[in-house]
Amino acid sequence: MSERPIIRGGRVIDPESKFDAMADIVIEDGRIVAVGANIDGDDAREIDARGLVVAPGFVDLHAHLREPGLEYKEDVESGTRAAAAGGFTTVCAMPNTEPAMDNRSIVEYVLREAAARGAVRVLPIGAVTKGRVGIELAELGELADAGCIGFSDDGSPVHDATLMRRALEYASAFDLPIIDHCEDHSLAKDAVMHEGWVSSRTGLRGAPAAAEESMVARDVALAEATGAHVHIAHVSTRGAIETIRRAKTRGVRVTAEVTPHHLTLTDEVVAFGATGGWDLIYDTNAKVNPPLRSRDDVDACVAGLADGTIDCIATDHAPHAVIEKLCEFDEAAFGISGLETAFGLCMRLVHEKRVSLVTLIERMTVGPARALNLDHAVPGIGTLAMGAPADIVLLDPDAEWIVDPEGFASKGRNTPLAGVTLRGRVVMTIAGGVIAFDGAAFVAAGIGVGS
Amino acid sequence: MTTETRIDTPPPPLPPDETEWQRHHLLDLDDFTVDELELMMGTTATMKEVLSREVPRVPALRGTTIVTLFYENSTRTRTSFELAGKVLGADVLNISASGSSVTKGESLVDTVKTLQAVGADVLIMRHNRSGAPYLAARHASCSVVNAGDGLHAHPTQALLDLFTIRTSLGDVRGKKIVIVGDILHSRVARSNAWSLTALGADVVVCAPPTLIPHGLGRETEGRLPPVRVEHNLDRAIEGADVVMALRMQLERMHGGYVPGVREYSRMYQINERRLANAKPGALVMHPGPMNEGVEISHAVAHGLQSHVEEQVTNGVAVRMAVLWLLTRANSRASRAAARGAS
Repeated sequence: MSERPIIRGGRVIDPESKFDAMADIVIEDGRIVAVGANIDGDDAREIDARGLVVAPGFVDLHAHLREPGLEYKEDVESGTRAAAAGGFTTVCAMPNTEPAMDNRSIVEYVLREAAARGAVRVLPIGAVTKGRVGIELAELGELADAGCIGFSDDGSPVHDATLMRRALEYASAFDLPIIDHCEDHSLAKDAVMHEGWVSSRTGLRGAPAAAEESMVARDVALAEATGAHVHIAHVSTRGAIETIRRAKTRGVRVTAEVTPHHLTLTDEVVAFGATGGWDLIYDTNAKVNPPLRSRDDVDACVAGLADGTIDCIATDHAPHAVIEKLCEFDEAAFGISGLETAFGLCMRLVHEKRVSLVTLIERMTVGPARALNLDHAVPGIGTLAMGAPADIVLLDPDAEWIVDPEGFASKGRNTPLAGVTLRGRVVMTIAGGVIAFDGAAFVAAGIGVGS
Repeated sequence: MTTETRIDTPPPPLPPDETEWQRHHLLDLDDFTVDELELMMGTTATMKEVLSREVPRVPALRGTTIVTLFYENSTRTRTSFELAGKVLGADVLNISASGSSVTKGESLVDTVKTLQAVGADVLIMRHNRSGAPYLAARHASCSVVNAGDGLHAHPTQALLDLFTIRTSLGDVRGKKIVIVGDILHSRVARSNAWSLTALGADVVVCAPPTLIPHGLGRETEGRLPPVRVEHNLDRAIEGADVVMALRMQLERMHGGYVPGVREYSRMYQINERRLANAKPGALVMHPGPMNEGVEISHAVAHGLQSHVEEQVTNGVAVRMAVLWLLTRANSRASRAAARGAS
């Protein structure tokens, strides 16, 4: 766009500067150059945002784009298109690709793909250990050089405590965090869901909350001992949140994320589905790791998000092919394709008045950016500051739509929300000044969005 | 030939009200009403009478194709279903599918669709994964009968147990029924807990805490069957009307569930000394196959109070009732559909 487009007439919410007012936003050369009321710009291309909320584009710290190696599930192009459809203008790509993203060439490949075909910005996360097998450290320095914004063996924890300690110490030289998937495998052996009354009812093997909590406690102790930064991926239990809350009070460098599904769905969805009723259905689309937890854990996640113990929302977008879910529950792959439902699902918390709209937007924009210090890599990310990248999302908090996975931009149709009505919709996503998603066009074409 | 006249014996009478039985699948007993259990028991009694005839054959299901699809070996259950189908004149095909669908290469859904395409009316399925028959039922238009899925449910076993108990005790309301053993891994215990508590029995499950499912015995608002949990067998068995022992899988000894066979049998074996504390003449039951000397002593397993063999006999009658009711419901449904179309 060589002209200076203006987003006009929306309620502009920028949590970083605590700005919340009716205003216009002017974009030039892919950056924000002005935010204010009634900006004059008669020759400009106007984007009508009347009746909508205008916010910084969402930042997702945790997405599985599956490329290279698993393109049948997702690739950088489809994954970033899904991100744009969900209002995300930045996605951090997890390294459990094939081969694993544990060296510079894979990182560069992903960044090249993103530059050529990506709809939004991709920030890579490097593996902690070579091949993600938890034995030898990957070359973290080279990965940092190549552009990684953190390190994770996500999908698996770093099981060896000494190796985790070394990783934290070593990564602190680059001021980058270790992002840990906290799960003690010896406690979660063969588990396919949360251990609770639902696992007893279904006869599915459950993982106790303690499998997550003991590993979070270990990571907090290691972060405290080393002074390094640990980021807890997809926290999901009350006990884990309590541990993080206490650690933060002591000044430990620990940050945490929570997924939209752990904020809203309980383990009952595994047995009975998300559309209600008490018939057993064994919904493999609700099989995810960490598992959907109890109502009490969900409440603790919401409280933790509201009070800031949990820094941000991250999708853990985990797309899979149909046949990986159309099978026995025990055999099904773990994961939910979550980018495109994240905002609508999280809006439940706003409509139920458990989290304010401003807080929700904070936890999806500058919250994640601060948690991983992404401002170093992308100055102004997650904000509407002057000179920041023009990453902007237009939202209709009250629009109702019915989730139809067949309309997803993602290749992964694996969501337990098919047929569920969500209230809150992404209308347009602008990434670096370019329209990456236009919901109005989708509505016009009758794709993906019902009302 | 007397056989010929016997084959022409009229099929068992229809249930009194055709609308009573509506289910297309039998997956578990967790949502069974008292009326449905009663209808099943009544039909089982009719079938038991058929089995007692000189030539136990009725052509009630002639032209019906029944397929047993077993992903897990079980000679006892499969034979019971096969015999039930044959007594009623159905064609029975047995298919073994060892290992999981993933290792076999063909998905469960594809297998089910294939069997349906070749004409299966009823699919009887045993699977080592909890919930597998639910997946089959969602993708099948034929009836699916759960013949045991993972740790989840074994409804026909629970029905035959119920029939066996009622034959001796009549109404189970208020009767103390103690289920002893590996409750955590037992689909038999789960299904029995549903049906017996639905009929008002006082069900006590007894096992070490490591073998009790999470939340069982606590207030769960009807989301789990309302049973009592007791870890001490001597206390549990006191005044029991029925004592049901479960098979103790020897591999549990390695998972830290129990220290070993010696301690387990010392603490949880049904033996004559313990049985003496139950009500006089209490029924002893076991779904089989038994580990004699582990969960049950040889003397009790073969003693006067043992109903193990009767359970097996009743298994055939119950499965006849299940096949009959499901098939009747299907033909009523298709007649109704035909009426709707004309």
